[in-house]
Amino acid sequence: MSNLTVSLSPHVRAQSSTRRIMLDVLIALIPAVVFAVYWFGFSVLVTILLSMAAAIGSEALMQKALRRPITVDDGSAAVTGLLLALTLPAGVPWYVPVLGAAFAIVIAKQVFGGLGDNFVNPALAGRAFLLASFPVAMTTFPAVADAVSSATPLSSEFAGTVDYAQAFLGRIGGSIGEVSKLALLAGAAYLLVRRVIDWRVPVSYLGTLAVLNLAFGEPVLDSVLLGGTVLGAFFMATDYVTSPVPAWGKVLYGIGIGAINFAIRQWGAYPEGVTYAILLMNIASPLLERATRPRKYGEVKRRA
Amino acid sequence: MSSVKSFRGGIHPLHAIGSGKGLTANLPIAEAPAPARVILPMAQHIGAPCVPCVAVGDRVLRGQAVGQVRGFVSAPVHASVSGTVVEIAPHLTIGGAMVPCVVIENDGKDEWDPDCRPPEGSVDSLSPQDILARIGEAGVVGMGGAAFPARVKLSPPGDKKIDFLLLNGAECEPYLSADHRLMLEEGARILEGARYVARALGSPRVIVGIEANKRDAAEALRALAAPLGIEVQVLRVKYPQGSEKQLISALTGRKVPSGGLPMDAGCVVVNVSSAAAIADAVAKGRPVTERVLTVTGAVQTPKNLRVRIGTPAQELIDLCGGLKPEADRVVSGGPMMGVALYDLAVPVVKGTSGLLALTREQTAPGKLTNCIRCGRCVRGCPIHLLPYELCNDFERGDWAAADKHNALDCIECGSCTYVCPAKRSITSSIRVCKRQVQALRKKQ
Repeated sequence: MSNLTVSLSPHVRAQSSTRRIMLDVLIALIPAVVFAVYWFGFSVLVTILLSMAAAIGSEALMQKALRRPITVDDGSAAVTGLLLALTLPAGVPWYVPVLGAAFAIVIAKQVFGGLGDNFVNPALAGRAFLLASFPVAMTTFPAVADAVSSATPLSSEFAGTVDYAQAFLGRIGGSIGEVSKLALLAGAAYLLVRRVIDWRVPVSYLGTLAVLNLAFGEPVLDSVLLGGTVLGAFFMATDYVTSPVPAWGKVLYGIGIGAINFAIRQWGAYPEGVTYAILLMNIASPLLERATRPRKYGEVKRRA
Repeated sequence: MSSVKSFRGGIHPLHAIGSGKGLTANLPIAEAPAPARVILPMAQHIGAPCVPCVAVGDRVLRGQAVGQVRGFVSAPVHASVSGTVVEIAPHLTIGGAMVPCVVIENDGKDEWDPDCRPPEGSVDSLSPQDILARIGEAGVVGMGGAAFPARVKLSPPGDKKIDFLLLNGAECEPYLSADHRLMLEEGARILEGARYVARALGSPRVIVGIEANKRDAAEALRALAAPLGIEVQVLRVKYPQGSEKQLISALTGRKVPSGGLPMDAGCVVVNVSSAAAIADAVAKGRPVTERVLTVTGAVQTPKNLRVRIGTPAQELIDLCGGLKPEADRVVSGGPMMGVALYDLAVPVVKGTSGLLALTREQTAPGKLTNCIRCGRCVRGCPIHLLPYELCNDFERGDWAAADKHNALDCIECGSCTYVCPAKRSITSSIRVCKRQVQALRKKQ
């Protein structure tokens, strides 16, 4: 008789959406982008836009080729493109962000089924691909006027000689989006307040890194303030898809990243281990998730 | 005052609009006129349907049984008006099923069955068995929505000691305010019912749990309850606070074992509306012929109404000025667990706590994307399951995995679906998992 709609409960839903979450991440990275433009010049904006355009474009093309629905409007490809660009040195040739973003989307994400099904963080996979393919371009940091140092400040020769206040503000050398911890932490605070990210991963990651540095007598602040640690801790390691969902899983995952990161810095050939630390723990994430399943309400111990 | 208690997990549905309760929270209960015809389904409860015990043409009085129980888990149905039985036939009911119904034409005299009377002698001299018998004969069911026969719930096996009687005044579903108003206006009746139940259960500790958005009701009830030795505990505003298991956790710190019943944790939970009905049943011998419900949302003038059981939903919505033009969906109950109606001719029953009209805008499902594993469903799940994982099990059709992932423990509260930013129908997927798991277990 009537034209009432019938459906199953619940009949109402929260305002949140996948797109809004991705938008929040983009918003949270605006301070870092603004600082990068101020510090490195407008050329970094070109790198960022190239990377984002390549990520979005390759996602659309790949989905078209695979006859999947085109979902670039969910914003996840834009986030991947932006995050990848922020890990690149200023002044990289144009094809570096383009190839990196395409690899991130096509190989790391779409091949495995697209959003939610990738097992490693696409932006970091793209960065790892670029590190292997263009080692020189990826580690050549342009000289910056009034920077405390123009080479990668994580090289051992700089150990203990860093002006931390300058480093915190971002007046140092490094990749496009990783220099200003102030800008990154402002964005991270936004994500924490909006409850987009959980505090457990960054806190356990940075905490582990700090404890291990203390234990081995290394300068603690260097490990946090220099390089990509903060960008990685708040924006990469917190990637939902490639980290465990249960609370304790997140803690163990963060500890794992901190430990691997420390090991790579301390004993490895790379000055900076954030990328590989997170990628390795991405792979361990399903195991951690299985090991830390929450106990259900009213669980009864099974008797044999 | 003691601190505000709660459980782990849960969500805050429609927080931005104060859970929608502001529409009716301050409106006193109004009497809905008895309808010209009542339609009384023979299955208004969980358990065996009733068998009609009247014939077409019979004159019946209010409170007279028209449907008799068949089996232990059942509750009789009574005439909610006096008049003539005009039809005994299947009618559409709230759940969407055609159920045999006794239809009574109201003669407007509202004449009570003389058998509905107070007990011989003093109420205080009733034995626990007498109390249970009177509750059973009155057809009291869980009036929070579950409609489980009260007599059955209040008859734990002898080896189960009941330590707590918990009165459920949480009313955690958004929009509903019927229990709120009842506690505020008729608290004494609720507590009277609670005392009878407590006596039948061997005098356990009695606690009334009320969400903090109904402080006025909590204060009013506390003043009445203190001299009776009944406690009133304010609970955090969180959904599903009024779910039995969550209420037990919040009020006693105990947990109902998986697959078990509240009595396995030494608890009995009774809704405040049911307690009021129990008071009428025990003291006056009056069966359930009416209840208070909230008609709200996209209707012209939302109301809290005392209605006769068997009143067609349409009449109650008309009484509230009709649906607003933008109304797209009418739900029996609240927005989280309520049942959507496709025909407003259905009668309200003992378990109907509200009629809620929602707009298309409010019910828009949003854009579906892949699961992004944000974990909101996990934080929201009051049973501490991993809902996204069960959703994946559903998509793969892997029922053995769904069983392992505790699909059967899901209480279908809808929290996971509500919070999901990917707009996945997690609750519905788990409902399918539950059915399939049960089928699978039967096969083994």
